[in-house]
Amino acid sequence: MAYVVSAAFLAITGFFFVASVSDAFAEASIRGYLAGAIFFMIFMSPALTMRLLAEEQKLGTLELLLTSPLREFEIVFGKFIAALVTTMVMVGLSLYFVLVLFVYGDPDVGPLLTGLVGLTLYASATLAVGLFASALSSNQIVGLVVGSGILTALTIIDFVSARLSGTAAQVLDAFQLGASFSVFDLDSFGVAEGGHFADFARGIISLTDIAYYSSITAVFLLLTVLVLEARRWR
Amino acid sequence: MSKSYGPYPAVIDISFEVLRGEIVGFLGPNGAGKTTTMRVVTGFTPPTEGDVTVGGYDVVSHSLDVRRHIGYLPETVPLYLDMTVMDYLTYMGEIRGMNKSWVKERLPKVIDMVKLGEYRNTLVGRLSKGYRQRVGISQAILHEPDVLVMDEPTIGIDPIQVVETRELISNLGEEHTMLLSSHILPEVSAICKRVLVINDGRIVADDKPDDLSEKLQHAERIEISIRGAEAPAFINAMRDISDVVDARSDQRASIVQRAEREDFLPFIVDARPNAQATETIAKTIINNGWGLTNLTPLPMTLEEIFLELTTEENLGD
Repeated sequence: MAYVVSAAFLAITGFFFVASVSDAFAEASIRGYLAGAIFFMIFMSPALTMRLLAEEQKLGTLELLLTSPLREFEIVFGKFIAALVTTMVMVGLSLYFVLVLFVYGDPDVGPLLTGLVGLTLYASATLAVGLFASALSSNQIVGLVVGSGILTALTIIDFVSARLSGTAAQVLDAFQLGASFSVFDLDSFGVAEGGHFADFARGIISLTDIAYYSSITAVFLLLTVLVLEARRWR
Repeated sequence: MSKSYGPYPAVIDISFEVLRGEIVGFLGPNGAGKTTTMRVVTGFTPPTEGDVTVGGYDVVSHSLDVRRHIGYLPETVPLYLDMTVMDYLTYMGEIRGMNKSWVKERLPKVIDMVKLGEYRNTLVGRLSKGYRQRVGISQAILHEPDVLVMDEPTIGIDPIQVVETRELISNLGEEHTMLLSSHILPEVSAICKRVLVINDGRIVADDKPDDLSEKLQHAERIEISIRGAEAPAFINAMRDISDVVDARSDQRASIVQRAEREDFLPFIVDARPNAQATETIAKTIINNGWGLTNLTPLPMTLEEIFLELTTEENLGD
């Protein structure tokens, strides 16, 4: 599973990277790569995590874990770290793009680094959502659909907010996950302008964005723990 | 303690104590509340009412301490099918808080005990049901727990392996305090020194297996096939025997069909459980000049046992 996902991840980010740098006046940056990565993670993260808790429930091994001297948050955190490490290995494999940039151009190191920091935070948030979805049922497909569903909703939230005005629009905008469905539009590089990823892609680290991704991660990991605990009390 | 799932009571106000070193069998039909009770004892799910303590620790407030002292084999053996036996057991040891050297020292002993040696590097998913059961038992005893809880440990495995598994469990009972559930009376009798019978969420008997069997033997049911007799004459003759409680024609469809084909009359006779009864029945048949083609004592089904125990309780009230 992880190999298949890795291959797909490399192919898709590669495509975006190439598309973004093959322009006549292309800039030597990884913005195209980042756009591909955050877009694909909407589906990839739930696909990676869908098995983690659903399978334990299906095999009955969750009963084993929950009757071992382990706390729920230790189980959830362990699963989360495993998924995050796997994802970072994939990201690591794709970093030859950066080498390519250094060989053929003169990229700005700042945005490169902030982009990767942002990507790590973004990956954490999406994996936490995926893990939560996986805890909901013993069916992996449910985990995948629910996880991608939540992430897609957070991604297209600007479709809704664009039609609203005032506070409502601002509140909705504050939840924009980061990717944009206009991924093939090379002007925006597939990163939603109002979303929390835009600054990272530009080379800016903003506390708001860090807080947003960290909160999503924390809230969904907590919800996952609660779902497991609720299972006990039922 | 009591345990309900929403509005559905699974276990109703049961109370029992298991002493250190005791092997207690939990006997009951499906849905009686055995698994629920075990899940409460192991800290998987808290009781709705009442308290449960294991080794002095409360299962709710000191859940981690309880879990550290318990080895648990759930009814569906929880295995990671894509791990090898060694990897699986090592992992299980680690999440039970065993350090590497302890696992290293203990694992070969356990594998030896359950005779899994030749399969140590086989994927768990490739093992037969009986061997998977052994892997399940291994994970339960690996961390040398004081208390072993086993839910239907011989369900769904072939008869030869059942015998081996029972032997293994009996041996384990020498070192551990054990709570074992089953819906098979002979199994519980063979392994346990004490039996708790549970039905519809209530404990209906708490006894030594021998006493329990004695209590249950109010009547022995005997299947009899006769040639050359009229049914009423036979039934009357049987009812005249003092040890016979009741006699009637056997109405079971399969038997009736065979009886027509092979030309005999099938009967069911309930007698008091002593050797004389059977002897007298046989003598009476011979003396009447009837052909006796079959005389078989029928084992009581578990449902009948529970019916008997529960109705007896009611009479006592």
